[in-house]
Amino acid sequence: MIGLSHYLILAAILFTISVVGIFLNRKNIIILLMSIELMLLAVNINFIAFSHYLNDIAGQIFVFFILTVAAAESAIGLAIIVLIFRNTRSINVDDLNRLNG
Amino acid sequence: MNQFIQSDISLILPEVFVLSMAMIVLMTDLFIKPSSRWIIFALSQLTLLGGAYLTSQHFNHETQFAFSNMFVRDGLADLLKMMSYMGTSLIFFYSRSYMKDRDLYRGEYFSLVLFALLGMMIMISSHNMLLVYMGLELLSLCLYSLTALDRDNQKATESAIKYFVLGALASGLLLYGMSMIYGATSSLDLSVIAASLLNHPMDHAILVLGLVFVVAGLAFKLGAVPFQMWVPDVYEGSPSSIAMLISSVPKLAAFAITLRLLGDGLQSMMVDWKQMMLIMAILSIGIGNITAIAQTNIKRMYAYSTISHIGFILFGLMSGSLNGYASSLFYVVSYMFMTLVSFAVLMMMSSKNFDCQTLEDFKGLNKRNPWYAFLMLITMLSMAGIPPTIGFYAKFMVLQAALDAGFAGFVVYAVLMALVGMFYYMRIVKLMYFDEPKLKNNIEVPIDMQWILSTNALALLVIGLVPHTFMEATTQAVALSFH
Repeated sequence: MIGLSHYLILAAILFTISVVGIFLNRKNIIILLMSIELMLLAVNINFIAFSHYLNDIAGQIFVFFILTVAAAESAIGLAIIVLIFRNTRSINVDDLNRLNG
Repeated sequence: MNQFIQSDISLILPEVFVLSMAMIVLMTDLFIKPSSRWIIFALSQLTLLGGAYLTSQHFNHETQFAFSNMFVRDGLADLLKMMSYMGTSLIFFYSRSYMKDRDLYRGEYFSLVLFALLGMMIMISSHNMLLVYMGLELLSLCLYSLTALDRDNQKATESAIKYFVLGALASGLLLYGMSMIYGATSSLDLSVIAASLLNHPMDHAILVLGLVFVVAGLAFKLGAVPFQMWVPDVYEGSPSSIAMLISSVPKLAAFAITLRLLGDGLQSMMVDWKQMMLIMAILSIGIGNITAIAQTNIKRMYAYSTISHIGFILFGLMSGSLNGYASSLFYVVSYMFMTLVSFAVLMMMSSKNFDCQTLEDFKGLNKRNPWYAFLMLITMLSMAGIPPTIGFYAKFMVLQAALDAGFAGFVVYAVLMALVGMFYYMRIVKLMYFDEPKLKNNIEVPIDMQWILSTNALALLVIGLVPHTFMEATTQAVALSFH
């Protein structure tokens, strides 16, 4: 029987993969966007699992809002990536070295 | 039913007004010639004025809730909203000639700032985790696009993507923490969470896990160490006017959600979040002040100085008393006015083909323009926390609250670090007054900006002399909201 804890563990694994993806990725900015998206989806799994387990609808409504905001967020992310490509002709993470941070 | 909806709407009237005006500004810009952009400027200032009027209609009444406790209007919210209008209005005044010179004085700048303001207002008044998230995202998405406003500037776009990725990561952390807290308490409403934490002992592990993620997300948004890496890059890369916006008003909103989530919703977990805040405050004050010494770029120096100021704000929050909250609130508001002047002087010294960025550019400012050197002197004294400026009083109150809460050792540490910080503020004073000017050109400033900047900078001094009325206002606002 699949219970609440299985869903929470799945969400935790997805969340970890996405955080590691953001920090270890040295190649492409698009992969950063994918990691961010994965992170929000992991949170969604958490919310839906809790919502079902607690018999409370609020968690599922939260998920709708997260999905909408995630769409807007990736639109802005892609727009910034287009600007970067226009300026430097590359979307390599390693080429982002004008600011020493 | 009708009555109910009407009273809800009357409470969110300022938000409704700002939203409609932001859309009007966006539309108006399509139909006017570039030469008549002053209409957009006037409309934006009118928006802020109208918002302030609508907020003042309710000022200092008792706490009221709207939309099934999602939205709260209390003393804290009204005070912070008033300060946000004022800060945004000053930003529009200060950035005008700077943005004109760089061909960034366009309609989208104004509407994005107004939408960001709306996001901040929602954050300030949110009483539900869903609303906290929505307000935060509205603010963040506007700030990411504003950072990239100078589209052909490589530094600006690079700082925008860094800000975007780390900001999205912070939102993810915050959301993950919220989902854990939702799972443990089965509610998103902050007062229901507080009540259920108080009444039933919960599964502690899952709550602490949620709390850690929430605190990390908030620290990212505030820019506290160890989540500070985006701050210097974004300040350096983005246009000075946008850096001024990012460093000033959003700090008020981030402070508000920190206070509402931790001080209100998770109040009974204070023992746990106090320790995390203590560590972040110590690291922020230390690393912020020490790293700032090594900077030659003045915007990076401001960034590290912001980090150290955030450390002091966390110090007040960490005291966990009403007095501590009130002194933190006083600190964050006075910090906003200090940082506005410091960036405004930077923009004033820039001209069409020159961006004032390095410490060298401040050399001999006294010989070029003694009045602005004096205004900068006041600001630097205030940031360093030297009496009789407002910055001294703010630091004093925060440290006193921490002392009352029994953190004597850390107060000594904070004072020592403030002394370290004095070095780099005084270095600017030395450059301005004792070095020969490198640049010879005259500083040309529009007359309205001259007056407003002088008033703003002198207010830092005058309020520092009579701080008690203002401190009483913040104490009252906090006392009205938390009882």
